Amino acid sequence: MTELLRAVFVAPFADMAGNMPFLIEVLIGGVAAGLMYSLVALGFVLIFKASGVFNFAQGVMVLFSALTLVGLMERGVPVVAALALTALTMIALAFAIERVVLRPLVNQESIILFMATIGLNFFLEGFGEMIWGSNVKKLDVGIPDTSFMVRGVQVNRLELTAALTAAVLVAILAILFQRTKIGRALRAVADDHEAALSIGIPLKTIWVVVWSVAGLVAIAAGIMWGAKSGVQFSLSLIALKALPVLILGGFTSVPGAIVGGLIIGVGEKLAEVYWGPLVGGAIENWFAYAMALAFLLVRPQGLFGERIIERV
Amino acid sequence: MIYREAGQFKSTYASDQAIFPIVQDRWVVLVLLLGAVIVPPLVASEYWLQAVLIPFLIYALAAIGLNLLTGYAGQLSLGTGGFMAVGAYSAFKLTTAFPALNIFVVFALAGVAAALVGVLFGIPSLRIKGFYLAVATLAAQFFLLWLFNKVAWFTNYASSGTITAPPRTVFGAMVTGPGATAPARYLTALAFVIVFALVAKNLVRGRVGRCWMAIRDRDIAAEIIGIRPLRTKLLAFAISSFYCGVAGAEYVFLYLGSAETQAFDIAVSFLVLFMVIIGGLGSILGSFLGAGFIVVVPIFLTNVPHLVGLALPVALQKQIELMVFGGLIIFFLIVEPNGLARLWQIAKEKLRLWPFPY
Amino acid sequence: MPATLAERPIQQAAPASEPRREPLLQVEAITVRFGAVQALTDVSMDIHRGEIVAIIGPNGAGKTTLINVISGFYHAQQGRILFEGKDRTALKPYDVAALGVARTFQNVALFRGMSVLDNIMTGRLLKMRGHFLLDAIYWGPARRQELEHRAAVEHVIDFLEIQAIRKTPVSRLPYGLQKRVELARALAAEPQLLLLDEPMAGMNVEEKEDMSRFILDVHDEFGTTIALIEHDMGVVMDISDRVVVLDYGRKIADAPPDAVRADRAVIDAYLGVAHD
Repeated sequence: MTELLRAVFVAPFADMAGNMPFLIEVLIGGVAAGLMYSLVALGFVLIFKASGVFNFAQGVMVLFSALTLVGLMERGVPVVAALALTALTMIALAFAIERVVLRPLVNQESIILFMATIGLNFFLEGFGEMIWGSNVKKLDVGIPDTSFMVRGVQVNRLELTAALTAAVLVAILAILFQRTKIGRALRAVADDHEAALSIGIPLKTIWVVVWSVAGLVAIAAGIMWGAKSGVQFSLSLIALKALPVLILGGFTSVPGAIVGGLIIGVGEKLAEVYWGPLVGGAIENWFAYAMALAFLLVRPQGLFGERIIERV
Repeated sequence: MIYREAGQFKSTYASDQAIFPIVQDRWVVLVLLLGAVIVPPLVASEYWLQAVLIPFLIYALAAIGLNLLTGYAGQLSLGTGGFMAVGAYSAFKLTTAFPALNIFVVFALAGVAAALVGVLFGIPSLRIKGFYLAVATLAAQFFLLWLFNKVAWFTNYASSGTITAPPRTVFGAMVTGPGATAPARYLTALAFVIVFALVAKNLVRGRVGRCWMAIRDRDIAAEIIGIRPLRTKLLAFAISSFYCGVAGAEYVFLYLGSAETQAFDIAVSFLVLFMVIIGGLGSILGSFLGAGFIVVVPIFLTNVPHLVGLALPVALQKQIELMVFGGLIIFFLIVEPNGLARLWQIAKEKLRLWPFPY
Repeated sequence: MPATLAERPIQQAAPASEPRREPLLQVEAITVRFGAVQALTDVSMDIHRGEIVAIIGPNGAGKTTLINVISGFYHAQQGRILFEGKDRTALKPYDVAALGVARTFQNVALFRGMSVLDNIMTGRLLKMRGHFLLDAIYWGPARRQELEHRAAVEHVIDFLEIQAIRKTPVSRLPYGLQKRVELARALAAEPQLLLLDEPMAGMNVEEKEDMSRFILDVHDEFGTTIALIEHDMGVVMDISDRVVVLDYGRKIADAPPDAVRADRAVIDAYLGVAHD
């Protein structure tokens, strides 16, 4: 019994303390993974913040954008043009989604919209694979997946780029929401579709804008993930991982998506490296959810979410 | 004209509360049931039984389970696969440990095991609602599958990591295992689903169903008029997981023969959710319709292109299947969020008037 | 055979020997804050058995908050609630309901996925005993209980004259009928204390007359104690025994209707001054 207690509560921390450079590398790995999650979660937050819809299809949008980019590049389109075309595709996709899915479901309950995005998720999965094929593709955007040393610690170029991209995106989006007229309109729409309509906010336009921006964020996420692990189907499952991030960070907070991603990324990595061997590994499969669950029990609205006061 | 209720007056509350208050309905259902029991074992081919009817019955049971939790009680769950896995692995451990135990009893006990696990993962539902609860059920899904993968005790230390249904007989007939005939397995699945559908219907038309629907529709008002939310939600999780557990046990014992945890992964959770959405949330009939629909679509996609001379490669077929599923979900949510069950109701109402337009 | 609504004695409260001294409900110095917003400050009032008490006041005065505290939905930062002389301040809403308190809501809180009949049947839930296993089998004790309660609910349906719509899904009903169904649901619980939050909001003159008649009938036939929040002064003056006036979370008057009508503070806060 004491063996077990030692192994769970003492030994892992001893390991951490005993090999600091390794610990830092693990932490960096966690931060990097966390930021990648954050990039995906950002897309969720955007759409939720602006339309009240939980877009389950965000993960598949990441995949779809990456597939399009790689597919174009494989056919010889130069990188910049391919990026532009991919962006245009995602914008076109946003138009299509607004027309076909969102407009007919205006002011339905959020659970209905959520399930519609599940349907969208599967549709896009099949569609993407049908057009571009289902084998794993290598995505090369000119950033090598190599590391350099900083004071005895390895830092990966790709992960660094991802971190910087995330930071820039967050800054832009935060400004967009807080300072601009369109940001205010977006927040109004998130609160109440009908009310927003009745004061003249062009719902259709807003939705297309939001989903386009989410699509562009998806491209960024797709590039990072694709470059790291290749463009493949499992990318869409990242969406499921983004859920714990959103729970921690709150569904409507742009900085929350970053903080949540970091906590999940680091927590997961630490758990896997230091506690994983105790139970045979692969804790990463479920640890994030367990963390989110534990968190929810204590603080149902997440770190940054607003406290809901129920009215009757 | 033909389907008229004229002359059918209910003079007692009892007749008003019956499951099939309209006489014509009762006859149709009776005929269907008799037909279901007699016809397929005699007439249907091995392929039809194995590829269509048996999975349909099993999925219908799981769909009823999920519908009770998500459709009636309003608790979104993405953990169906995990609960089915609990049923399957419990059944396996029980029957290998107690070979003499009647396999029907084993299934029921497996359901109880799943119910207990369901209650455990349902406890957060008091504090957590909506999407957030879906995450808790995802935790269940991923954790349970990881558990069955890692802990070799569950597979009786099999090197292949699979569980296999051992041969078991009931009333002298071989029901599971390599020797079990398709008709025997079909009749077993049919018996279970009929009994449990009836139980489900009884639950939802009475006190329990009303508590669930009240929590689903307005949980705060429900609490104020005296409904205890935790008890109600946990009961929903328990019963729903029981159904999914039994379905999971049937999935391995009556359908697949042997399985790995892969058979219960998140795709299954989504599949059953699709059945419930397309069939109709909050409808027992809908669970059947949805299950039937989802089972038939891939068969349709496999066979129809052949009939019209097109040969589709397997990968393309899978992709079209995904697109069709996804598209249909969206279509149903737009056109009729209450699913096939509501469409059926509308058809019946039209039938009352036919051939007159109004 | 358990007493159905039709067979209940008129005054179910007092034993024949001595009249109950204490009021049915006592609200003592209740203070409620939501963050920086002070919703109720030091509000005290009593409700005696068999009374009809109206709670009035400008919008935002805290009337619904007060009802929510009595229901157990909000918990006051200070003060006590006593029901039948016993401290019930910390009770959960479902326990408060079990004491015999039923209510209607300002924004109709019917269960949209169910029919009128099923909604009213939910009002009987506290009176239903049973185990889910018995319910699963249905034929036997569960069925008997279901039919008994159905009979009781039918009495309420007759009483409120909503027979024609009993199978209609509530989402399809006009607003006035929804309010009536909500009243039916509250009545089905055979409450000792009925809390009505703006039962006549949004109704025209005829509907208000009907609703007033129903409320008075409930009071006369079943002896139910009633507290209602209402804005229509005509209704308030006509049917209430006593009027409590709230303004900015404080009680500013507590007297029979005529006295309140003439009260200076109430006129300034709420009723308005007549100008020539």
